Amino acid sequence: MIEIENVRKSFGQLEVLKGINLTVKKGEVVTVIGGSGSGKSTLLTCINGLEPIASGKVMIDGTDVHAKSTDLNKLRQKVGIVFQQWNAFPHLTVLENVMLAPRKVLGMSKQKAEEIAVKQLTHVGLGEKLSVYPNRMSGGQQQRMAIARALAMSPEYMLFDEVTSALDPMLVGEVLDTLRMLASEGMTMICVTHEMKFAREVSDRVAFFHQGVMAEIAAPEQLFDAPEHAETKKFLAATH
Amino acid sequence: MFHYTFHWNQALKALPQMLDGALVTLQIALLSMAIGLAVAIALTLFRLSGSRILGALATAWIEVARNTPALFQIYMAHFGLGNFGIHLSPFTSLLVGIAFNNAGYLAENFRGALKAIPDTQARAGRSLGMTSLQAFRLIVMPQMLRVAFLPVTNQMVWAILMTSLGVTVGMNTDLAGITQELNARSFRTFEFFAIAAVIYYVIAKAVTLAARAFASRMFRY
Repeated sequence: MIEIENVRKSFGQLEVLKGINLTVKKGEVVTVIGGSGSGKSTLLTCINGLEPIASGKVMIDGTDVHAKSTDLNKLRQKVGIVFQQWNAFPHLTVLENVMLAPRKVLGMSKQKAEEIAVKQLTHVGLGEKLSVYPNRMSGGQQQRMAIARALAMSPEYMLFDEVTSALDPMLVGEVLDTLRMLASEGMTMICVTHEMKFAREVSDRVAFFHQGVMAEIAAPEQLFDAPEHAETKKFLAATH
Repeated sequence: MFHYTFHWNQALKALPQMLDGALVTLQIALLSMAIGLAVAIALTLFRLSGSRILGALATAWIEVARNTPALFQIYMAHFGLGNFGIHLSPFTSLLVGIAFNNAGYLAENFRGALKAIPDTQARAGRSLGMTSLQAFRLIVMPQMLRVAFLPVTNQMVWAILMTSLGVTVGMNTDLAGITQELNARSFRTFEFFAIAAVIYYVIAKAVTLAARAFASRMFRY
């Protein structure tokens, strides 16, 4: 379970998260929508401790993410994250990209890591690309590789930060299909996205962020068809 | 116009001796590069560490190495340290001096190369549970070495040529040292140094070509 309690975060003078409360249960899929600069991506990086927070608390299965005593490297093995820019490691083949962390972080044998990597890459439809370098692949393929790379660590939670925003429109579908597949398999996910149709389809709940505040959170039918907050209405009207 | 008779035979007879010297030259250059690379990576990490003391130490090293004559650096290793009772052999002081110089230049090359690698690379590594040192070693460093590969090769050539400064601290087993001794005995300066120059050229060129071959095998992406 991910418990976010009254989290505040500033970049210099700008407060980007103004007291966020959100609890995500095991197996739940929560999508976060909202305009640029609403704080939704920042929230994800605060969840796995890539960014410090000013106040509040993030608990993952009872572990306080931002406590000094927390081993973040250990914690991050449990919480995978995939970014808008997929960050393929260009000097490694697709297979090596996915094998790297299981080998070096989990200390797996080469054989075991390869087995897992092949399985995950096949799962996301890249079984044919194992020995290819990332720069030979499309953005969509690289993004799917990044997803496989995160999954190879067998995380219990996955965070997706606008994973289709930097993609050619033609390639968005294949990545969303991969996310749909994960959701249907019961992965606990928080997805920051601009893909409204996708959000409606896969989410258990959809959260709308506005200027660092979670203005509204509800089941997708509720949020998309009968939004309560004025800003949610405005945002949905603009994106439809 | 000028009255000089070339005596190439005499010089060519000394060729095996000079080639032995060339091996010593190559040895010093390779060792100084290996040490220089290791220190340069350490200096780069010092700069990235966020520690003020380590950062200042790295900056000081790089500034001195790059902005003072290499000859002085070798002198310091030999005569300078000698003043404090640390007596290094000509071989060691030459090695120390050139390694010091290499480390400074290489660290600066690495700094430039790091700018070409987005921060998000290390971040992606951290997000997979790597420590910052693992992320550097496994993700950032290989890319940094690739970007810096050409300047590193240049420094290697420079290291080979710098070994000739060893004559000033009494180095007499490397190519320059042996050539200098042969010259002092025969006064056939032109012949001996012309042959030595050709040998330096061939070594430097061979190293450049070898580096290029290595790069095309290693950097397949």
